[in-house]
Amino acid sequence: MESTRRDLLRNVAAAALLGQLSAEAMQHVHEHAAEAKKATAGVYKPKALNAHEYQTVTKLADLILPPEGGEPGGATAGAPEFIDLLCSGSDRMAQIWLGGLAWLDDQSLKRYEATFLDAKPAQQTELLDLIAYRRNDTPETGPGIRFFEWARRMVVDAYFTSPAGVKALGYKGNVGMQVFQVPQEAITYAISRSPFKEG
Amino acid sequence: MDMPQVMRGSPVHDVVVIGSGAGGGTVAHVLTKLGVKVTLLEAGAMLNPARDYKEHKTPADYPHRGAGDDAASYFGRKDFGFFSAPTGYWEIDEEPYTVAEGSQFRWFRSRILGGRTNHYGRISLRFADYDFKASLLNDGLGSDWPVSYEEIAPYYDKAEDFIGICGTAEGLRSAPDGKFLPAPALRVHEHLIQKSSRKLNIPCVPSRMAILTKPKNGRLACHYCGQCGRGCVTASNYSSSQVQIFPAMKTGLLTVIPNAMVREIITGADGKAKAVSYIDKTTRTEKQINCRVVVLAASACESARLLLNSKSSRHPDGLANSSGSVGRNLTDTVGYSLGGYVPALEGMMKHDTDGYAGGHVYMPWWGLEQKNKDFPRGYHIEVGGGYGMPMLGSFNGVCRSHEGYGAGLKKAILDSYGCSVGFAGRGEMIPNAKSYCDIDPHVVDRWGIPVLRFHFEWSDYELKMVKHMHDTFAAIIEGMGGRVNGPKTVADTARAISTPGEIIHELGTVRMGSDPSTSALNKYSQAHDVKNVFVADAAPFVTNPDKNPTLTICAMAWRASEFIAEGLKKGEL
Ligand SMILES: Cc1cc2nc3c(=O)[nH]c(=O)nc-3n(C[C@H](O)[C@H](O)[C@H](O)COP(=O)(O)OP(=O)(O)OC[C@H]3O[C@@H](n4cnc5c(N)ncnc54)[C@H](O)[C@@H]3O)c2cc1C
Ligand code: SF4
Repeated sequence: MESTRRDLLRNVAAAALLGQLSAEAMQHVHEHAAEAKKATAGVYKPKALNAHEYQTVTKLADLILPPEGGEPGGATAGAPEFIDLLCSGSDRMAQIWLGGLAWLDDQSLKRYEATFLDAKPAQQTELLDLIAYRRNDTPETGPGIRFFEWARRMVVDAYFTSPAGVKALGYKGNVGMQVFQVPQEAITYAISRSPFKEG
Repeated sequence: MDMPQVMRGSPVHDVVVIGSGAGGGTVAHVLTKLGVKVTLLEAGAMLNPARDYKEHKTPADYPHRGAGDDAASYFGRKDFGFFSAPTGYWEIDEEPYTVAEGSQFRWFRSRILGGRTNHYGRISLRFADYDFKASLLNDGLGSDWPVSYEEIAPYYDKAEDFIGICGTAEGLRSAPDGKFLPAPALRVHEHLIQKSSRKLNIPCVPSRMAILTKPKNGRLACHYCGQCGRGCVTASNYSSSQVQIFPAMKTGLLTVIPNAMVREIITGADGKAKAVSYIDKTTRTEKQINCRVVVLAASACESARLLLNSKSSRHPDGLANSSGSVGRNLTDTVGYSLGGYVPALEGMMKHDTDGYAGGHVYMPWWGLEQKNKDFPRGYHIEVGGGYGMPMLGSFNGVCRSHEGYGAGLKKAILDSYGCSVGFAGRGEMIPNAKSYCDIDPHVVDRWGIPVLRFHFEWSDYELKMVKHMHDTFAAIIEGMGGRVNGPKTVADTARAISTPGEIIHELGTVRMGSDPSTSALNKYSQAHDVKNVFVADAAPFVTNPDKNPTLTICAMAWRASEFIAEGLKKGEL
């Protein structure tokens, strides 16, 4: 993938030298890279988390960013792989996740006599509602609140850097343009909603 | 470490340049153009843009999404992130520095061919007449350079013409016009910012950037991928590596020795520099290279360090330091930032706002004639905003303020995407006696070289400026119907001001001047004490105006190079 991508970029550069750098050419580079990536993706094998932990992260990922309206959720967008991978390369990250997941299970067992994964959906959200807000901070919930900040942040990161998340956001950049243009419609829209609408 | 093996007796090289950033790259380019043979010693590795630059990659191209395999981005070790080209850090394991008790300082270094120009912001502003001659401002502060704007202007012309700067002529005294390529269109939020600024009588004009908006000197025009800080494979922006050093190597007159960490400059019985000693980092052996002329361009503080470490019986306080001024007058730019949320942008049609990286507009200093402000000198404003490439951390702010989870969190992120604007002030610091660097008597780096110790204090001048910055940014944000993020006023300016060094415009440590008893260099960046030693980075700067320094480094290095070539031709060096 590396070399093909570079070759393409080089072709783009050569075309540009002849004054022919087209947006399509640049776009081609990016699409090609995306396809190459898709082709190499296999089934992910967790490296740092055990099966139960990994499934719990998968559940959490979809609770934090649920699938909706045909858009995938945090789990399908790759948050569990991402989190496990970073835990496998960093003791500090592993500490945050292993400790946090253990805390979550412990709390869930105490409250519902089931691990977080086995708890009923209403119980899962009850627990999350407790730790998703700093205003609930008590010595008892503190560790959960800290952990959930990491969980939310990393699931959001994983989701919005994935192709699905980029699509949901509508990010249109990272492509080649010959001239930088801004749609007049967008300018007019914002100005009409601003204090400068009178001109 | 093996016993150092000292290799001596190499042939005499004409000019040895230390460092390959903006200063070293310009010297290599200009001297080789003038037919002079140059050997360049660079402490970092050779650069391979195709491998080292990642401007067309997205986080999804990496399983770690840009966090690094060891999650470094989450723990703040790579401040400009995995994607930033290619090695630039506040901390380098093998090269520590120390900070004196009670001070703060962060020293950003890049160890790679091209130094920090591979990933700098590329804002390219000329200094104004009064920036060179502080006395024109009649406030009794600061010192004059031994050169005037008129003397440097031809070199700004040459540098701009070669590097390629986009912008527009505006006729403002605080921001002298240059030789500009066309400026690209304004983004939507920049239209709003411009209207809001102008309502406050603050000029808001196209930015001046080292980016080609038209093909130039064999380089391609920008294709607006918006990732300049990662390096640019098509060399459409300025980096000394791609724009000056690689082409100079092709002339056959430039030899680059990478992984060469210079230890000191060695002088002969006549007091002149005769050799440079360096550590070959790959073999950890010490080598010496003989030369006629030495040009230090290792970045301001590193050049001061090298001079201070080059002690001999003839130069007991370090080379070029009979004035004792080496290491003194250390300054950094005053920095303060504020963000805001702009409802007018909510729900706007999505479009590509990448452009080139950085604002397409900026606000030059407008307060030159203002009498009622309570701080001296001025600042300019840089702006940010738009639908940027989603990266790790892009939505930390929404996560923190919205909290919660589920569909509501997702909606908050989608709704607010692209609705924020950011303002960064960049202001002048007046040199003071408490801000300097010297050699730490107790600590050496991995190569056995004594390290720098920083002492730094902002004065009231800078702190008051920060308050003015805040009030101005808030007025611009509110003027466009936006909401300021955070408190309405800055209660504690000492906490709000940037950490010294953090704006990465440290300079002034080997200042130039017409009086050898108070300055180290003359107006050609030549050491008063040692005629064949020159400094071609930001160390010679006498003031640190609100303008980013790199274009001026290039212009001054260009001028020094012509002087060196002339001196060599006449046999005076
Ligand atoms: C993120 C960022 C944004 C910035 N934005 C802007 C901007 O918008 N506009 C602007 O004008 N400036 C900006 N700057 C500052 C700009 O990068 C510097 O002013 C400029 O690069 C300085 O050039 P220099 O040649 O002095 O040093 P450098 O670029 O730092 O190069 C010095 C070189 O010398 C080498 N070296 C150091 N010590 C030794 C030694 N002992 N032996 C051998 N080699 C050595 C280093 O490895 C390095 O390659 C920014 C910097 C950063 C990091
Ligand atoms: S925006 Fe232009 S100058 Fe910047 S990296 Fe992309 S092509 Fe290069």
